[in-house]
Amino acid sequence: MTAHAEKAAAFVANDARMHWHDTAVWHIRTKRDKASSAVPEWEELRTQAAALKAHTISRLAEYLEAFERNAVRLGAVVHWASTPAEHNAAVLSILEKRGVKRLVKSKSMLTEECHLNDFLEKHGVEVIDTDLGERIVQLAKEPPSHIVMPAIHKKREEIGELFHEHLKTEAGASDPKYLTEAARGHLREKFLAAEAGLTGVNFAVAETGGFVVCTNEGNADLGVSLPPIHIACMGVEKLVARAADLAVFLRLLARSGTGQPVTTYTSHFHGPRPGGELHLVIVDNGRSALLASETHRRALSCIRCGACMNTCPVYRRSGGFSYDATVPGPIGSVLAPSREPERYAGLPFASSLCGSCDDVCPVKIDLHQQLLAWRHELSARRLTPAPKRLAARLGSFVLRRPWLYNLLGFFGRAALRWTPRGLLARLAGPWGRQRELPPGPRRSFRAELRRRRAGA
Amino acid sequence: MTEVGLFIPCYVDQCYPQVGLATVRLLEKLGCKVDFPEAQTCCGQPMANAGVGDAARPLAERFVDIFERYPYVVCPSGSCTSMVRHHYADLLPENARLPAVAAKTYELCEFIVDVLKISRVAGAYPHRVGLHQSCHALRELRLGSGTERRIPGFNKVRGLLGGLDGITLVDLDRPDECCGFGGVFSVEEEAVSCAMGKDRLADHLRAGAEVVTGVDVSCLMHLDGLARREKRPLVIQHVAEILAGAAP
Repeated sequence: MTAHAEKAAAFVANDARMHWHDTAVWHIRTKRDKASSAVPEWEELRTQAAALKAHTISRLAEYLEAFERNAVRLGAVVHWASTPAEHNAAVLSILEKRGVKRLVKSKSMLTEECHLNDFLEKHGVEVIDTDLGERIVQLAKEPPSHIVMPAIHKKREEIGELFHEHLKTEAGASDPKYLTEAARGHLREKFLAAEAGLTGVNFAVAETGGFVVCTNEGNADLGVSLPPIHIACMGVEKLVARAADLAVFLRLLARSGTGQPVTTYTSHFHGPRPGGELHLVIVDNGRSALLASETHRRALSCIRCGACMNTCPVYRRSGGFSYDATVPGPIGSVLAPSREPERYAGLPFASSLCGSCDDVCPVKIDLHQQLLAWRHELSARRLTPAPKRLAARLGSFVLRRPWLYNLLGFFGRAALRWTPRGLLARLAGPWGRQRELPPGPRRSFRAELRRRRAGA
Repeated sequence: MTEVGLFIPCYVDQCYPQVGLATVRLLEKLGCKVDFPEAQTCCGQPMANAGVGDAARPLAERFVDIFERYPYVVCPSGSCTSMVRHHYADLLPENARLPAVAAKTYELCEFIVDVLKISRVAGAYPHRVGLHQSCHALRELRLGSGTERRIPGFNKVRGLLGGLDGITLVDLDRPDECCGFGGVFSVEEEAVSCAMGKDRLADHLRAGAEVVTGVDVSCLMHLDGLARREKRPLVIQHVAEILAGAAP
């Protein structure tokens, strides 16, 4: 069993909870359907977004340099990092030089990818995630289970308990409004005490040197408006060429991700505010390896909307943690094997290849084809289980020989017909645990057809 | 008379002969001359699905050799058809004869609608039917518009079924969610696979279906296996059987 299959089986074992999770996440998919239905040119937008990303990625180095030039012109300081370690060191050095001990953060999957929080805490910096979902998982000492809704796996009663323990809310309280108010009060103190704010980046614009951060809670804006230092961390793929391109992406992002027409806050940053500092940390961490792969390059187009997770029938029933990767779901299973092929060789198999993800993806990444391509690549590199490769070769040997196929078919059908049902189910292993086997008719189709055509 | 090379998936040949026979009956009723080349075995999808390209490749080559001579190749399975049409090119990038074979290989319902230009098959089926939309038929062959894309709605299979007298096609809560079969997925991820399948069956039952049908026997085999184990009052039948006039 792959690591995913094991974790997924444990998730499925709690049937009520699995269905609760499936329903909660499916609800977001239906909201996405409704929101996208209100845009007559939806498919045209997707086509445009895919083309814009493909173009930007095809000239990524040029656009990155242009972005740096323009960002510096606006007064930002640009730091380049090729690994998570370099990224974390860059952030720490900015903080240490200014004696910063308290940092507030808005949501950034990149810093999750780099495990920044742990690193900074080890170096004596208090890091507070200010996105409500992120704060919940931070208090629970868990990673996010979804890239847009980090705490989607938690029931409100569990959040109530967590808040009771950490924020001194009333025991047993689970009213979302009450809990949210408590979190607001708690975070307000943290915002006021913060000495620096860190944000992610949704889109960085090469032609202007500015960038855009999208949130629903305004926490990014608060976090970078109170303290004088703003650190923004981004992967190299966050670039778009022109400010006008935002008109396409911003219409797609929130509708795809949460079913909102637009995020509540769409904040544009152009250089530091008067008297403040703005640092941009631009990270590669394996992205240029993806860029070099003709097959997987398109995965760099991802704008992290989470729509592929919400539509994925496997994600909804296995939960984000079953993927054991920073980004779960279909796009996560495409990205992870590129960085750590040995560790994540099982993930491309954690999909029924239904292809729903391809069709909701706002930038039209051919996700299920990418997963299939990974299966081939990982198998060719012998990173898939040897018995699986052997079984495929044996099957191929038989199926290249019609006489052998017919012979084994004859015995196989006889076995299906005569073996007692209970024994058959046990012999069939994972197929037979919850499913009956197919029937074992006396004659195959070809034999039957031959008989009928011979007039028998 | 339209001449057709019949492509019957290996597991249909072995376990579901009635689906193959119904396909022959239906095509003949619609005026086709049907030939079944006995050299065929399997298209290689299971091996490709497992990622073992070198095991799938010789089977793809055999397929091209065997079916090249027919003006049309017709198959009562969406995913096997899609294997030939969309995935053989990755296995046989150099094969100059492949593109023509791939282009003339059709899933049964799309062949009826797109090639024979028949939108209504005569017959009656006075039952409440749930249509399971097999994913590769829907999202690779595009036999329907699907719920994800914002394009004018269409569904070739539903259209054909809807033309039968007395049939009621039930409305599902999730009209095109995957059943969880997924080839190797069905055994490798048995827990999620079965959970997905049970959820599909529950949706059909909630909608009041007596019969669940679809274009892919693989999905139906999985759903039937679950339904029989759980003793669900559902008959699982392939579209070809219904269109060819079989009773549930």
